Amino acid sequence: MSAAVQFDHVSRHFGGVKAVDDVSLTIAEGEFFAMLGPSGSGKTTCLRLISGFEKPTTGVVRIFGEDMGAVPPNQRQVNTVFQDYALFPHMNVRDNVGYGLMVRGVDRRTRLAEAERLLALVHLDGFGDRKPAQLSGGQRQRVALARALINKPRVLLLDEPLGALDLKLREAMQDELKKLQRELGITFVFVTHDQGEALSMADRVAVFSQGKIAQVGSATEIYARPATRFVADFVGSSNILAPDLARTFGVAGALASLRPEALRIIPAEGARITGRVTGARYLGAGTRVTIAVNEYLGKEEAEIAVLVPAAGKVPGIGAVVGLDWDADAVHPMEAA
Amino acid sequence: MSDLRAALPGRGIWDRLTALFWRRPGVLVAVLIAAPLAWLGIVYVGSLVALLIQSFYSINEFSGVVVKEFTLKTYAELLRPANADVIVRTVTMAASVTLASAVLAFPIAYYAARFARGRWKAAFYLGIMLPLWSSYLVKVYAWKLILSKEGIISWAANGIGAGGVLDALLALPGIGGNSLSTSYIGTFLVFVYVWLPYMILPMQASLERVPQSMLEASAALGAGGLRALWSVILPLALPGVIAGSIFTFSLTLGDYIIPQIIGNSANFIGMAVYHLQGTAGNIPLAAAFAVVPILIMLVYLGIARKLGAFDAL
Repeated sequence: MSAAVQFDHVSRHFGGVKAVDDVSLTIAEGEFFAMLGPSGSGKTTCLRLISGFEKPTTGVVRIFGEDMGAVPPNQRQVNTVFQDYALFPHMNVRDNVGYGLMVRGVDRRTRLAEAERLLALVHLDGFGDRKPAQLSGGQRQRVALARALINKPRVLLLDEPLGALDLKLREAMQDELKKLQRELGITFVFVTHDQGEALSMADRVAVFSQGKIAQVGSATEIYARPATRFVADFVGSSNILAPDLARTFGVAGALASLRPEALRIIPAEGARITGRVTGARYLGAGTRVTIAVNEYLGKEEAEIAVLVPAAGKVPGIGAVVGLDWDADAVHPMEAA
Repeated sequence: MSDLRAALPGRGIWDRLTALFWRRPGVLVAVLIAAPLAWLGIVYVGSLVALLIQSFYSINEFSGVVVKEFTLKTYAELLRPANADVIVRTVTMAASVTLASAVLAFPIAYYAARFARGRWKAAFYLGIMLPLWSSYLVKVYAWKLILSKEGIISWAANGIGAGGVLDALLALPGIGGNSLSTSYIGTFLVFVYVWLPYMILPMQASLERVPQSMLEASAALGAGGLRALWSVILPLALPGVIAGSIFTFSLTLGDYIIPQIIGNSANFIGMAVYHLQGTAGNIPLAAAFAVVPILIMLVYLGIARKLGAFDAL
C-alpha cells in the first residue's frame, strides 16, 4: 500500500498562532482516517492543507508522492464534503451533483445521467429536481457527498460531516459512510471532535492537541493504550492514576490510565483496594459509579470511576466496596 | 405575607398599555405602521394615481386648456416620432449607464466584500459615500469643466500625445460632438460617475453574503476562477446587481439636470416632463411621459424575475 497523503514536518502559522506545529503524518491509500481533537487543535487546518485551501508555512504536503506545494485546489485529485455542505442554492440537486462534470466540459446528457447514478448511490433517487433549501439536513449531507464523489477523487475529505445531524441520523450515516468507503475503496480523511464517531468509523485515528499530533494509531490502540494524559482524557473517560495511585494498581513510577469498564466492584473483605461510593450516574447501557479511595490511602483526592454493566449490582452511595481490575488494562503513559 | 397574588398591581397607564399590546399584538402593529402607511397611501400612491389620471386627459390645441375627459389621445401623441425619439434616447442612455456601472462596480464591490478588512473597509465606505455628501449640482458643473474643450482631459490627452484618440472618439457619428462636455459621451460619463455608488453598495452587500465555503466547493470540484465567477458568484450576487441596476436605470430615466448641463441639449424624458409641465403647460403629455419610466421599470423587473434573478433571495 502506498501513501495517499503524507505530511513532512508541516507547520501552518496564522500570525503568532501555530495552528499546525511540525506535523508529520502518513495516510495509506484506501484508509478511513480520522483527525480527532477539540476545536482549535489544528485538525481542520490539516484538512485544508490537504485540499489546498491553506498553504504550509514550512514543510511539504504530498499526495500520492507528489509535492503539492505549487498545485492549486482545483488541480488536486481531492474533494471535500464541507461542514455546512456548501450546496449551491441557485442550482437544483442534479445540477449541484453534476457541477464537477460540467466544469470538466462533460456534455449535459452524460453528466445528468451520472448525477442520477450518484444520487441513487446515496439513496436520493428522484430528488434531482429539488432545490437544496427543500431538503432536510441529512438529505443535504448526502447531496454534498454525491457531489464530492462525482469526479472520482482519490482522496475524499470530510469536515465534521455528521456534526449538524441528530443522533439517530448520525449513527445511520456512520454505518453508511463506512460502507460507502469500503465499496469505493477511496481514501477517506475526516475531521471530528466526537471521539465516538472517530473510534467507530476510522481504521486509524490521529488525536490532535494544540497543533501537534498527540497520538496516531488504530481505534483500539488509541482507546486502550493512550500515549498521553491528553489522549486518555479526550478519548473516552479514563481514570487517570497519579504515580502514587498507579503504584497501588501495579504500575511503578509513572502516570497510568485505567478504563472504567476494566474495573469491577467486589466485596470489601480481602480486596486489594477499598473505597467509599460517592456517586452513581445511570448511562443506559450501564452505571458509572465513582469511588473515593483517598481516605484509605491518605493521599490527595483520588476518585476512581467504575462502569457497572446493566446486569450488575449498583452499590448505594456511602457503601464501602472493594475494587478488582484486569492487570493488563493499567497502562502507563506520558504526562503531557 | 400581605400580598399573595401572582400578578403585580397595575402602575398606571403604561402598564395597562403594555398589557393591552401583550394581549393583542395586532394593536401594537397598527399603532406603529398607521402613520407611515397613511403617508405612503395618500401622499405617494395618491399622487401616482393623480399622475395616471392626468395622463388620460388631453389638451385643447387652440386654447391650451386641459380637457378633463378620458382619452388615449395623449398617449398617441407620445408615439409621434419626435416624442418616441426622446424615449428611445433616454432608455438607451439608461441601459448603457447601467451596464457600464455594473462592469465598473463589480471589481470594486468584490474587493470590498471579499478582501477589505477593518481600516480598509472603512476607507472603502468613505470613498464610496463621500461623493454623495457633496451637492449634485456642484459635481455636475465640476464635470462640465473637466470635460470641456479647454478642460483637464483634453489638456492631458494632448500632453501625452493622445489628442488624436480623443478627436477620433469625438468624431464618432451619433455619440461624438464638438467636445466631451457637449457630446453623448460626456453625458454618459457623468451619469456613470454620479450613480456608481448606488450600484456598488447593493452589489457589495450581496457579494458579502456568498459564503467562502461555496467558492471553496467550486474549486474543490475542479473549477477555475472564471467558472466560479460565472456559475456561482454571479448567480448568487444577481439580486444585488438587479437592485443596483434598478437604482442606476431609474435614476437615469428620470434625471433632467445632467443632460441639460452636459451634452448636446438633446431632449431626455426628464427634460421633456420639465418643459411640458412648465413653459408648455401641457400637463397631460407631461404625465404621459412620466408614466413611461414606471412602465419600463415594471417590464424590467418582470423580465428579471422570469430570468430567475430573485431565486437566490
